[in-house]
Amino acid sequence: MNTVIANEVDNEVINTHQKWTQKNAVYQTRQLNLWYGENHALKNINLDIMENEVTSIIGPSGCGKSTYIKTLNRMIELVPSVKTSGEINYRGRNIFDKEYEVEELRTKVGMVFQKPNPFPKSIFENVAYGPKIHGIKDKKILNEIVEKSLKGAAIWDEVKNRLHQNAYGLSGGQQQRLCIARCLAIEPDIILMDEPTSALDPISTLKVEELVQELKENYSIIIVTHNMQQATRISDKTAFFLNGEIVEFDVTSNIFSNPKDQRTEAYITGRFG
Amino acid sequence: MKSINRSILLKRRKIRIINNLVMQTFFLCATLFGLVILGILFYRVVSQGYPYLDWQFLQSLPSRKPENAGVYTALIGTVWLMFVVAPTSLFIGVGTALYLEEYAHKNKFTSFIQINISNLAGVPSIVFGLLGLTLFVRALSLGTSVLAAGLTMSLLILPVIIVAAQEAIRAVPQELREASFGMGATKWQTIIRVVLPAAIPGILTGGILALSRAIGETAPLVVLGLPLFLAFLPKTVFDMFTVLPMQIYNWTGRPQEEFQGLAAAGILVLLFLLILMNSIAVLIRNKFQKRY
Repeated sequence: MNTVIANEVDNEVINTHQKWTQKNAVYQTRQLNLWYGENHALKNINLDIMENEVTSIIGPSGCGKSTYIKTLNRMIELVPSVKTSGEINYRGRNIFDKEYEVEELRTKVGMVFQKPNPFPKSIFENVAYGPKIHGIKDKKILNEIVEKSLKGAAIWDEVKNRLHQNAYGLSGGQQQRLCIARCLAIEPDIILMDEPTSALDPISTLKVEELVQELKENYSIIIVTHNMQQATRISDKTAFFLNGEIVEFDVTSNIFSNPKDQRTEAYITGRFG
Repeated sequence: MKSINRSILLKRRKIRIINNLVMQTFFLCATLFGLVILGILFYRVVSQGYPYLDWQFLQSLPSRKPENAGVYTALIGTVWLMFVVAPTSLFIGVGTALYLEEYAHKNKFTSFIQINISNLAGVPSIVFGLLGLTLFVRALSLGTSVLAAGLTMSLLILPVIIVAAQEAIRAVPQELREASFGMGATKWQTIIRVVLPAAIPGILTGGILALSRAIGETAPLVVLGLPLFLAFLPKTVFDMFTVLPMQIYNWTGRPQEEFQGLAAAGILVLLFLLILMNSIAVLIRNKFQKRY
């Protein structure tokens, strides 16, 4: 009985999404469920992520938004006892397929984490890490990639004279942009950002946000954020997660000016969360 | 109406302060007890052994005549033993730790292994001697060779090395692994490029401390049947050899007073080796202080 209703709702969601599928979808999530042991953390998620758009995911703590973004590059599998059902199609291929190698997926899907997590190596080595593990040894190519990535992450001017110093000498905001550069170095197709500014001061946050706007030209970006103003500032579409479900997914301006669901309205006006 | 009566508190306060003093004194005594005993022992050994300690003592073969006797064979034997024990135990120990921490799923089986590793660390060393005698000396007929003794000692210190390596590996922040996996690195690439470089100081510190335990152990080697008196050096790992603790054990058993002095001098050499190794461990730990 319940499932029938759920399916109807889902079909409706899928239909609204169909309007967008004319553009190229990067990710198509279908009926995704995820459990941590007994805890049903994601429930019937259906979501399409479009090319060259910034999609933000908002919602209160524990609503499953981080879980969802970590499922997109299967990072969630590092947690023991995780079970999933449903499909996530990345460029038309189900990432849960047994033949789909997780290493291949993660080469195309870059990730930036909540806390800046550079390696305890030099700035150069941090950025060159990705290309190196994929077998690029040519010094010239590596130099080229490092410079291009650091420029792409708008941090080149700050570090070009200290490339061989330890990355731990950088400030928190610089470290986070270095992590973005490191992620660009594998030339990904889409970048997942899991609350990338929550550990940063306002000025560094601003820089990262500006960067996201620039990166949008060449990459698709999914960004999980606690900060609703941030979502309005930088994203094209916004998904509101609550208790493991998608309550509403729409163009950002619609979500914030004209939410269809009462719960969305309650959340964005600050009545809870 | 206050529920706390200040005048009663005043009396209680005196008792509390006295209690604190008493406990402080007790803990100080406990600390001094160990230090004083150690000091007395050290003084005895030094005063007895120092007169015998010279280059000739280090370079002479053992002899029935105390004035000619030296620790050369035993010292070189100990070095030989280390060359077998260090690579074997570190290789297997770090491998086990990496498997348990990085690859194995946490389930009943791995926690069973984990408990048993911790238990093995508490097994008396003589039991390892018996195991070595049965397995390496007899079954694999290695005899009382450097190899047989080295493998036995490796087994003895393996649990300590595994636990130390596991702790060092666990101390590497998970975020660094995530960063590496997030770029499509395999487990092995992540281990060799991120986890091990960050964990190596901890692993080496634990490893050296475990090795210094192996240097001082005597019981398992007595069981293996290492010679107490040996006037030649091993040429390969399959040769007979003896080690410092065995030589000291031999000398302490002699009735002549000079041999007691030689034993004390041997102990000084052994102590010097141990302090040297522990200092290296401390140096490594300080040099690679955690940077994350």
